[in-house]
Amino acid sequence: MSTDVKTIPQGTNGHPEVRTQEQRTAANGVKLPVYMDNHATTPMDPRVLEEMLPYFMEKFGNAASRNHSFGWAGEEGVESARERVAKLIGATPKEIIFTSGATESDNLAIKGVAEMYKEKGNHVITAVTEHKAVLDTCKRLEKYGYRVTYLPVQKDGLIDLEELGRALDDKTILVTIMAANNEIGVVQPIAEIGKLCRARGVIFHTDATQAVGKIPIDVNKMSIDLMSISAHKMYGPKGVGALYVRRKNPRVQISAIIDGGGHERGMRSGTLNVPGIVGLGKACAIAWEEMAKESCTLAGLRNRLRDRIMGRLDEVYINGSMEHRLPGNLNISFAYVEGESLLMGINDIAVSSGSACTSATLEPSYVLKALGTGDDLAHSSIRFGIGRFNTEAEVDYVADRVIETVERLRELSPLYEMAKEGVDLKSVKWAAE
Amino acid sequence: MAYSDKVLDHYSNPRNVGSMDKSSNEVGTGLVGAPECGDVMKLQIKVNPQTNIIEDAKFKTFGCGSAIASSSLATEWVKGKTVDEALQIKNTEIVKELALPPVKIHCSVLAEDAIRAAIHDWKAKQGAAKPVAVETK
Ligand SMILES: Cc1ncc(COP(=O)(O)O)c(C=O)c1O
Ligand code: FES
Repeated sequence: MSTDVKTIPQGTNGHPEVRTQEQRTAANGVKLPVYMDNHATTPMDPRVLEEMLPYFMEKFGNAASRNHSFGWAGEEGVESARERVAKLIGATPKEIIFTSGATESDNLAIKGVAEMYKEKGNHVITAVTEHKAVLDTCKRLEKYGYRVTYLPVQKDGLIDLEELGRALDDKTILVTIMAANNEIGVVQPIAEIGKLCRARGVIFHTDATQAVGKIPIDVNKMSIDLMSISAHKMYGPKGVGALYVRRKNPRVQISAIIDGGGHERGMRSGTLNVPGIVGLGKACAIAWEEMAKESCTLAGLRNRLRDRIMGRLDEVYINGSMEHRLPGNLNISFAYVEGESLLMGINDIAVSSGSACTSATLEPSYVLKALGTGDDLAHSSIRFGIGRFNTEAEVDYVADRVIETVERLRELSPLYEMAKEGVDLKSVKWAAE
Repeated sequence: MAYSDKVLDHYSNPRNVGSMDKSSNEVGTGLVGAPECGDVMKLQIKVNPQTNIIEDAKFKTFGCGSAIASSSLATEWVKGKTVDEALQIKNTEIVKELALPPVKIHCSVLAEDAIRAAIHDWKAKQGAAKPVAVETK
């Protein structure tokens, strides 16, 4: 088998050309469908795939096989990946534990601390806008008798540091606050949170799934004790991630949740996913080299999208802080238009909506609700996630399709008509309430 | 979610979009749903007072594609029917016609409610002694 990069088919704009849908082209030359949902997952970078390929066939060895060259080859791949992950976040390689992804890392961090430090206390602090991997893990702790504080967020999506300070008590063993939110891209004041926790002797975990590789993260400068990472949000493969576990100043210990052969310093047993780990390592190495430049490019594209849309449409609202935000994220509500119907109108563009109609539970986004966004506007929200492979032409195409579809759906919307007639929608007695 | 061709067709080419004068005696207006729930339908009918036949119908909907399709279909179906015939339209028939999946059944219920609400409004305007009960499912 060959690992020659030329064997990886390349699309015109750098996308690996693995499309399941028939390829169409828009008037301005953009290949359809356009993928702009990079918070859900990112396409793999072809350079990542290239590094992974040998580890499926030639270098198939078990990284735990200590006495032959097959094992050594696997181990070499894993250890070099560990160094690359560590370098990106300012850690040492021994502090990196490989997992199956951020969901597992979140579980391991939170449950692992809860069990290890249960003699010390039973109180955990998190925030209402966390990912379900954190929230539902905390809910489970509550079932086991732990006390959990769910901090509210302010209108811009940021937690209030003073409120965090007040929530800490002598039974608090863990604070878990995400670095960047997966829906609104809002970046929390991680360094300040870390400092506060350090001063109070409380362990600080951050779910940095959306942040690592997008914005600078340094576990020492930010006083982070535990941090979750996922490969598939940074152009790596799915089903692999890492947990950073601080080894000194202070040393943090966690109980394992998966027991077995004692891999990963006993914190996570199970034969290592060598190709996946190699992929995560390469993804981190690329981010280390390119992040600074890439974040400028992404912010430029994101602002272009925002300005083009907001220049043409009125009553469009940005959800969450624009200042403390991932460069590639835009989350906006289009008043009087329901999100799913908007997605339907732009069906050659892959984005997400906070509308209840797109969710299995028929509940609108809890993140937007936490910002105080009314349910009506939560139903009208669209999340754009711009990534490494998006182009200016794609942004223009997406903006124009969105504008056109919102205009059409507003003509169809009784709410838009009522608002134009001067009816105060809040004062209407709605039948279904 | 994959939509049926009929939903897509109504979504792309909605029938009878628009508004009629809601103060007119011949016009009945139904406004159902709530913005907080992500769906609001306005359905209007224009009824010939001699024959009780619905001569025109218009709608506007804030909601998902299935809600738009359900209300668009509802306007097609009520046209040409008498008000009492229109009251017989069941949401299950809409579900069947549009091949709506279970999670979208409430969108069809809303369309049935909108028809009833519009007829109720019209009957009230006619000073009908026995206004039709509007059940909201
Ligand atoms: C903030 C955040 N945490 C956790 C996860 C879960 O990551 P994974 O898919 O690697 O389990 C995601 C991705 O959906 C995420 O965005
Ligand atoms: S209006 Fe919400 S699912 Fe149809």
